Amino acid sequence: MNFKMSVVVRTVADIMIIPIIVFGIYLILHGHLTPGGGFQGGAVIASATALLIVAWGTLKDNKDDFSTMESTGLTMFFLLALLGIIMGFSLFYNSLAGTGGIFGGTVSGINPGYINTGGTVPLMNIVVGLEVVAALSLILYMMAKRSDALEVEE
Amino acid sequence: MKKIIALIALIVISAFMLGGVAEMRGDDGSFGNPVETEMDDFFLEDSQDHNQVNNVVTAVLFDYRGLDTLGEATVLFSAVSGVLTVLRKYKLSKKENLTKLTKSSKGGKK
Amino acid sequence: MNWFTVFPLIMVVTLIIMGLYVVLFKKNLIKIIMGIALMQNGANLFLVSLAYREGYVAPIWTSAPSADMVLPTPHALTLTSIVIGVATTALMLSFVMMIKKHYGTINSDEVRRCRE
Repeated sequence: MNFKMSVVVRTVADIMIIPIIVFGIYLILHGHLTPGGGFQGGAVIASATALLIVAWGTLKDNKDDFSTMESTGLTMFFLLALLGIIMGFSLFYNSLAGTGGIFGGTVSGINPGYINTGGTVPLMNIVVGLEVVAALSLILYMMAKRSDALEVEE
Repeated sequence: MKKIIALIALIVISAFMLGGVAEMRGDDGSFGNPVETEMDDFFLEDSQDHNQVNNVVTAVLFDYRGLDTLGEATVLFSAVSGVLTVLRKYKLSKKENLTKLTKSSKGGKK
Repeated sequence: MNWFTVFPLIMVVTLIIMGLYVVLFKKNLIKIIMGIALMQNGANLFLVSLAYREGYVAPIWTSAPSADMVLPTPHALTLTSIVIGVATTALMLSFVMMIKKHYGTINSDEVRRCRE
């Protein structure tokens, strides 16, 4: 059965996934400054997958890539949590804040929106966003595939 | 009979919940305004001073209550593993497949 | 007694009772999952309403209008709860898909052929 929608829908979907993904990446990267974070940005990016599945009716069989992404996200999250112990503090201690490295800048007073701050929090946002993107995309992909609404290109 | 028991349980539970709601007000009778706020006020101050994180909700998620988030990510991972396991491709033997098919068609017409 | 001051909590009770009613009295498995999702939303609304302080702003310091902010911890817990709700709903729906494929029906009274 062919569930491919018309050429108008497909073209608009192809164009619209670019702002959707850019907005999701913005939500993830600015998660420590503005409303948003890894979970919300990941859900936004996964909606691009839903849009592609609905519009095209086909998707490449990239289940293994999504599985690898999800496992990588969870493992990196736990390693970032262990970084606090490695640096000599407790678990989930924010040991990178204010050290001057990546995401380690310091601001005196209230932060006006300087992105290079936060220590491990933005890094955890990124890896959790990776995991949520992979998990929701995998759920959508598997449910669409097993309900016979998706042609799989092997 | 079963429905009557369920209805009685529903009415009793809703009565208890409404009674609890009637008691849940602040000291001055207004909604919200929780009394014990020392922990959250500490989070609000400390996330600026120590972490340089502006979004306090994210700071609570990933720093102060990171173990919660770790458990939540694990639950997400296991739920996706469950979906993959339930929806995997499986093959029945030919005889089993036939009996399943006839039974399901019978059940569907009912 | 002024019920208007606890109006959000009454909405919480309404959501949870509606979900409980659906779970108890409906036979369609999809509707039962909808009832469970209603109860989840009731719990989330309850958590958010616990954090409310009158006249205070959201707990984000970037260009905040004032330093009086609502409690951040219930919001974080709600965020956790929402993602877990999505994952468990997907798991339940995939169970229903497999039940439909095996039994040909999603009526919970007719899905009893496993006792043979």
